[in-house]
Amino acid sequence: MKTLHIEDLNKIREKAQAALVLREQSDSASSEQSCGLACGAKHMQLLCCGGTGCKASSSHKIVENLQKALEANGVADKVEVVTTGCFGFCEKGPIVKVIPDNTFYTQVKPEDAEEIVKSHIIDGKRVERLLYVDPKTKQHVSDSKHMDFYRKQVRIALRNCGLIDPENIDEYIARDGYQGLAKCLLELKPEDVIDIVSQSGLRGRGGAGFPAGSKWKHALAAKAEKKYVVCNADEGDPGAFMDRSIMEGDPNSVVEAMAICGYATGSNYGLIYIRAEYPLAVSRLRVAIAQARKYGLLGKNILGSGFNFDIEIRYGAGAFVCGEATALVHSMEGKRGEPRMKPPHLTDLGYMGYPTNVNNVETLANVPIIMTKGAEWFASIGTEKSKGTKVFALAGKINNVGLIEVPMGTTLREIIYEIGGGVKDGKKFKAVQTGGPSGGCLTEKHLDIPIDYESLKEAGSMMGSGGMIVMDEDDCMVSVAKFYLDFTVNESCGKCTPCRIGNKRLYEILTRITEGKGTPEDLETLKRLSEVIKETSLCGLGQSSPNPVLSTLANFYEEYVEHVKQHKCRAKQCKALLTYAVMPDKCKGCGACKRGCPANAIMGDVRKPHVIDPYKCIRCGMCKSHCKFNAIHVS
Amino acid sequence: MAKEIKLACNVIEQVEAICDKYGNQPGELINVLHEAQSLHGYLPEEMQRIIARKLHIPVSKVYGVVTFYSFFTMTPKGKHPISVCLGTACYVRGSEGLLEEIKRVLNIEVGETTPDGKFSLDCLRCVGACGLAPVVTIGDKVYGRLQPKDIKKILDEVAAND
Amino acid sequence: MITLTIDRHVVVVPANTTILEAAKTVSVEIPTLCHIDLEGTCVKSNPASCRLCVVEVEGRGNLMPACATQCRQGMVVHTSSPRVLRARKTVAELILSDHPNDCLTCSKCSDCELQRLVRRLNCRVMPYNDGEHSLRKNEVTDAIVRDMNKCIYCRRCESVCNEVQSVGALGAVGRGFTTTIAPAFGKMLGETNCTYCGQCVAVCPVGALTERDYAEELIRDITSPDKIVIAQTAPAVRYALGEEFGLKPGASVTGKMVTALKDMGFDYVFDTDFGADMTIMEEGAEILDRLKKFLAGDKNVKLPIMTSCCPAWVNFFEHEYPDLREYPSTAKSPAQMFGAVAKTYWADKMGIPRDKLVVVSVMPCLAKKYECSRDEFKVNGNPDVDYSITTRELAALIRRSNINFDSLPDSDYDKPLGESTGAAAIFGTTGGVMEAALRTVYEEYMGKQLPRIEFDQVRGLEGFREATIDLDGFELKVCVVHTLSNARMVMDKLRAGELNYHVVEVMACPGGCIGGAGQPYHHGDSSVLRARQRAAYAEDAGKHLRKSHENPDIQKLYAEFLGKPLGEKAHHLLHTHYFDKTIH
Repeated sequence: MKTLHIEDLNKIREKAQAALVLREQSDSASSEQSCGLACGAKHMQLLCCGGTGCKASSSHKIVENLQKALEANGVADKVEVVTTGCFGFCEKGPIVKVIPDNTFYTQVKPEDAEEIVKSHIIDGKRVERLLYVDPKTKQHVSDSKHMDFYRKQVRIALRNCGLIDPENIDEYIARDGYQGLAKCLLELKPEDVIDIVSQSGLRGRGGAGFPAGSKWKHALAAKAEKKYVVCNADEGDPGAFMDRSIMEGDPNSVVEAMAICGYATGSNYGLIYIRAEYPLAVSRLRVAIAQARKYGLLGKNILGSGFNFDIEIRYGAGAFVCGEATALVHSMEGKRGEPRMKPPHLTDLGYMGYPTNVNNVETLANVPIIMTKGAEWFASIGTEKSKGTKVFALAGKINNVGLIEVPMGTTLREIIYEIGGGVKDGKKFKAVQTGGPSGGCLTEKHLDIPIDYESLKEAGSMMGSGGMIVMDEDDCMVSVAKFYLDFTVNESCGKCTPCRIGNKRLYEILTRITEGKGTPEDLETLKRLSEVIKETSLCGLGQSSPNPVLSTLANFYEEYVEHVKQHKCRAKQCKALLTYAVMPDKCKGCGACKRGCPANAIMGDVRKPHVIDPYKCIRCGMCKSHCKFNAIHVS
Repeated sequence: MAKEIKLACNVIEQVEAICDKYGNQPGELINVLHEAQSLHGYLPEEMQRIIARKLHIPVSKVYGVVTFYSFFTMTPKGKHPISVCLGTACYVRGSEGLLEEIKRVLNIEVGETTPDGKFSLDCLRCVGACGLAPVVTIGDKVYGRLQPKDIKKILDEVAAND
Repeated sequence: MITLTIDRHVVVVPANTTILEAAKTVSVEIPTLCHIDLEGTCVKSNPASCRLCVVEVEGRGNLMPACATQCRQGMVVHTSSPRVLRARKTVAELILSDHPNDCLTCSKCSDCELQRLVRRLNCRVMPYNDGEHSLRKNEVTDAIVRDMNKCIYCRRCESVCNEVQSVGALGAVGRGFTTTIAPAFGKMLGETNCTYCGQCVAVCPVGALTERDYAEELIRDITSPDKIVIAQTAPAVRYALGEEFGLKPGASVTGKMVTALKDMGFDYVFDTDFGADMTIMEEGAEILDRLKKFLAGDKNVKLPIMTSCCPAWVNFFEHEYPDLREYPSTAKSPAQMFGAVAKTYWADKMGIPRDKLVVVSVMPCLAKKYECSRDEFKVNGNPDVDYSITTRELAALIRRSNINFDSLPDSDYDKPLGESTGAAAIFGTTGGVMEAALRTVYEEYMGKQLPRIEFDQVRGLEGFREATIDLDGFELKVCVVHTLSNARMVMDKLRAGELNYHVVEVMACPGGCIGGAGQPYHHGDSSVLRARQRAAYAEDAGKHLRKSHENPDIQKLYAEFLGKPLGEKAHHLLHTHYFDKTIH
């Protein structure tokens, strides 16, 4: 293969920029005018989200239909349909964006394709019904940059997601892709690269926030004939999907970053450990690796520098604990994914006994741009100790579910009420859970703290990988703690005693409490046991597993007390503590509840008030969801 | 437990070929298991024994790995594998109720297959369609924003379309 | 060197020392459970998973496991601060919450490491005991009993079965709370390549893995008026049994043991050492035979010849190397030779019909229990050795028979199957069979007396040892291995045609029979094994006769009954054949 030189890379960039300029300009332009071919547009683009979330809503079918409609209307040569990565606004997906007027269509269905092409593309008239409606002003907003969801976001790790075609390396190159690698290989010594990473203040985005530069330094110092660079893409937090979106939307940023890391740490071998449950991310990574190889951006003598680097993909197989780096390495070695004691650190003794540097996807995605824009630029964003931005998967009882990226130091209030558009259905905010099963539940009083690694830890939670779940008054905090413990019990590898048995016991106590069988002593036991599990478990999974219990005990103690003393669940979630009854004054005797009841617990004649037999009732709530007259009372 | 099933000769050859492809390296066990499972949908005992022999590792190690990872299974899945997302976003939007309802309608527990082999039930953690929460997947199709009362209708439809 | 503070002590240790090891040097005994390190052997398991040895290290947020945390310069360690004690007790309580707690009737009672630990930590309540127990499969084989509900998941057994023995019959199965150690596919050990070496039992800290107890059968037979019950005691039993009665490891209690067996009601008490001398006669002759053929240019002769006394080793090569099964000697183990001779030669002499004679072997071994059940060691379904009990079972039976072992007088073995030489005495240690064989082979080959009777080259505890013996210009190359992973290494080389020895000794257990799975538990203390080894050599040194072929009763046996070594009768009674037992 012919070696690709920097001049060749720049040529590819120039050529590809022509197509991207339109998208970049339309994003920065201030014009609100819609335009179509009729209004004189020469070239248009339709960007359609091809992320997993939107694909679940048939976005691939939308692309197909758009293409067909363009052909049927004879404009296929002037309009290009591009499948991009995730736009982030999953609540409103699938998204179709029209370039150059930057119109942002939401919740598009395959059958809308025809109308978009005819009305917008050809006639230049926006399809109003598909536009986003601002919940406050009730006005249509056509350009995403004017939406609250996007206004406060700063997209660094997600810089290319929703903008470029992730299966076309040229578009990545057009966005200065591989320039960071080129700079490292051609201008910098490995030590200099590490200095830049250190100075940028970049910290691990996967959990504890260990400074990336220090890790790289350690890996570089390790003496061995072989070293490995591993990308940890075993994202397993229930409700977190930022790593997947990056790999789906901008796989080359990960590939480039791994090559940079390889150069900086003296390694020629890269491995990506990815969940087998992420087929789309896997296939996009495969395409990216293949295209990079073809250009010579992976392989031997990259950019004529003499540096060799290549990447292989390894698959996870459904074990959350494999997100822990030592377990991950065991899994890549074909073993049970059980963690081991550190030290020895992986940077000394890792994959197959060789020094191994493990970084998470989001951490890596920040690296190329740090190289091109510089450490000072990155360090200027964020807080004193936490630099840059953080991607969060915002979900739960919130209006704008989606993937967001904000500077470190943004407050929870800004995220939930501005970006997230507040709590769904006008309910009252109760808690926000961050950090997944390792994190905790924060309350109203934490909403104004600027979030970074330290402040979240201090508040009893953690950054984790970036799941952020909003809960409202209908969520029972004891049940939430139980939910996370159920997860931990299922995912504990079972190696060490505190995690294997301790978490099981925590789960049992929580179950007892939600069934109204708890005692005040149970609350003491929960706390004591949680503390011991935290301080004695072998790996990070066990050491953080009691956090959901401890944080809910700290912040919602009165709810626990209500459960054990009054046998009451204020959120009406704990079935065993509920009674379902028909309110005779509201019941019309339609029989819907009776037909819907799986336990045959409802009796009553037509047009006469019905009655629920409390002994037969299994408290499934089916009657309530079937009743059209709001006649089922839960107490 | 998996029944004693004799594998067809060509399946044995295929499994051996997969092992050869990975150089019969013990470190490739998980890759081999992934491919072998995709051949057959599950990993019966005989298949694991072939892999152990080819990779020169005790069969107890292979079995230990298969039983450690939830992605690997020793029982055939139903024709329509159902997965209920129990990610946090789906959980707070009521996926537990969906799971209960599916269990009730099909009369099977998580990890089981209906006697007619049509449906099998599993849980998973986050399909990443949090905007559609709560989510259930049946085969490749994703059903979002569901309520327990929708379950019966959907299952009936899937069964009817066979 | 590193200086650190542990409790009130300033400790100076070399780099790479763990806190646990450093603490020991200043008499601070940190409790452990999963950790085991039989120093000097390859038996080591250190998963750092039980978390009972946690200590407080100043400056570290979490508690650290002493067994796996290395000392650092200036470290300040607290091994029994209130925080540590609370955590340690809670962890112990958690283990108890998933343990049957039927200590009173558990066979491991008073020998259980968990029990000892719980007493030490002063656990008086079981606060988590209303929770679910992980239900696991139980199994009774001819040799090993698995009561996996008692398993505390220390994984020592998995570690010895895989790392030390390279058998891999046991492995971790499943994940989380219900994880267990078991054979694949929920199979029984009997359906796997388990060799019944029993090392899993030897290291199990609790009652999850124990030996199959034949006490009831034994008592039934001893008390039955129409049975003649005879005992044979293996070489390694006599200097380990005393440990069960509070004596120091290595104390030789041969005379007391014989008295005790007689007091218990055995009609005759004989010595497996007699069988060992017989083994040397046969195996020695076989070595010479193959060597002569080899020197005569016979290309088909199978060399090296390998010892075959160890039944776990026999199981191992039948499972894993059936293609090489013509290499090991065909000589039966001493216990089986003894049984075959007792039920023919001796029984005929005494006029005891075979079905009335019960031969019980007292062995340091669990595989011997399985060996008794082999069909080729039976005549019309009647086994040559009816059953085998371990050193530990014998101790339990002595206690049960109201015998005060300490104050027993000495007795001698009965004749004629009780006479033995020093060569037989060392059969119980790694290198012993080789040395015993060399003594006889040398004199037979050279036709002259050994100048020095000890072969120090083959002694020791290293897993692999080799020596070259000068036989008047012919260099006899021998090697000695113990543990099956070392045996595997040798067999792999043999299979590859890269093994250049004439004689190889293999014993499955670490240290040989002195570390056998039926011996009193060593609890991870390798000084116990060393003391037993020293005792074996001392016993040999103190013997009047030290070469098997000098045993007068052996000479008489051949003259009266067997004829020549490798002769027809000897072949029929004292030799066996091996099978292809590959598990498919």
